[in-house]
Amino acid sequence: MVTADAVVSAVTDPELPMLTLADLGILRSVGEISGRVVVTITPTYTACPAIETMRHDITHALEQAGYPGASVRTVLQPAWSSDWITAEGRRKLAEAGIAPPGAARSRAPGPVPLALVPFAGVVACPLCGSPATELVSEFGATACRSLRRCTDCREPFEHVKEI
Amino acid sequence: MSPTSEPDLAAYCLMLGDDALIMSHRLQEWCTMAPELEDEVALANIALDLLGQARVLLTRAGTADGSGRSEDYYAYFRGENEFRNVWLAELRCTDFGQLTAALLVFATWRLALLQQLTGSSDDMLAGLAAKAVKEVTYHRDYAARWVIRLGDGTSFSRERMLTGLAHVWPYVPELFVPHEVEQRLAAAGVGADPAGVRAEFDAVLAQVCAAATLGVPESVPSGPSPGRDGVHTKEMGPLLAELQGVARDHRDASW
Repeated sequence: MVTADAVVSAVTDPELPMLTLADLGILRSVGEISGRVVVTITPTYTACPAIETMRHDITHALEQAGYPGASVRTVLQPAWSSDWITAEGRRKLAEAGIAPPGAARSRAPGPVPLALVPFAGVVACPLCGSPATELVSEFGATACRSLRRCTDCREPFEHVKEI
Repeated sequence: MSPTSEPDLAAYCLMLGDDALIMSHRLQEWCTMAPELEDEVALANIALDLLGQARVLLTRAGTADGSGRSEDYYAYFRGENEFRNVWLAELRCTDFGQLTAALLVFATWRLALLQQLTGSSDDMLAGLAAKAVKEVTYHRDYAARWVIRLGDGTSFSRERMLTGLAHVWPYVPELFVPHEVEQRLAAAGVGADPAGVRAEFDAVLAQVCAAATLGVPESVPSGPSPGRDGVHTKEMGPLLAELQGVARDHRDASW
């Protein structure tokens, strides 16, 4: 029998189906209470609408694998960071035409500094590999992605935001 | 954790939750009205982030007050005088300059409060704040860049931005008048005292207005804090009618 941990790790993200929940780094723990599996996940963003579907997909996958009655808990702390996306997850994102996030900016304690111009880190085009890309909008089709365009191949693409 | 009376925590969760819920609704009204497609998406994203924060806080209010009521109860079935949001959140914005000014003021204030709340002795508030800080940082940057673009743009856009700031400015003092619940929870290490974030707010607004080649509007005298006690402006009724109408007309509906 496949372990519950392996079953849950293989469940895919409903909005980024090329990634497993393990690739995305939202899986906090897979445990057992009174003979039933208890999975703890943390949303990428507080309002992530995919959480309900993930919850359903996890319990369904566990049931299929012989673990009925599993429950899924959501925790907010520690807050998810895009740094938790695994190397494998980053490779899969790039393959699917989505630029993976760079390192999340670490911040000194105290007031959050204003960023009056967008972060100027290099984001390579996932389609042609050119580093010459520009930000279109920091807000994309889902909370975790921004919109960019490549000034070489001229294709638009999405970029998973650093948080 | 410091001893905290749960009614205080429930009231506090409603304050922070209602600010987010009502501001989210105001932002949602801009769907199909934003100047560019990318801004439609941006405003909808910001509204969604705030709605997510509201859901967590309203759910927590229902456990803290011992009633077990759901987030939907608080959003859809409370009367106007039971809402605890500040007046700024319900302010109607009919021009993009007004909306930009309102969002800059709201996000700057909320980010400063959330940053304080990351050190809360309440695990749920600290956890939510740590997450929300990351989200609202994006909101504030978005609004700040628009204020600069409009203020330092054409004479026409500059005029719209100045009018926008003037529209919002009378609602600024209320943000920093602490309610007794906020004072008690701040003293207990659970909440954040809004009076304590005024300096940070002023510094951020000064920085943005300078970059936008605009003067910071003159400060207006501090008054009472009516929103936190459930007293609202005449805009609140129509807002709630739209927010709550479907849920009240179809009580057995599910979504």
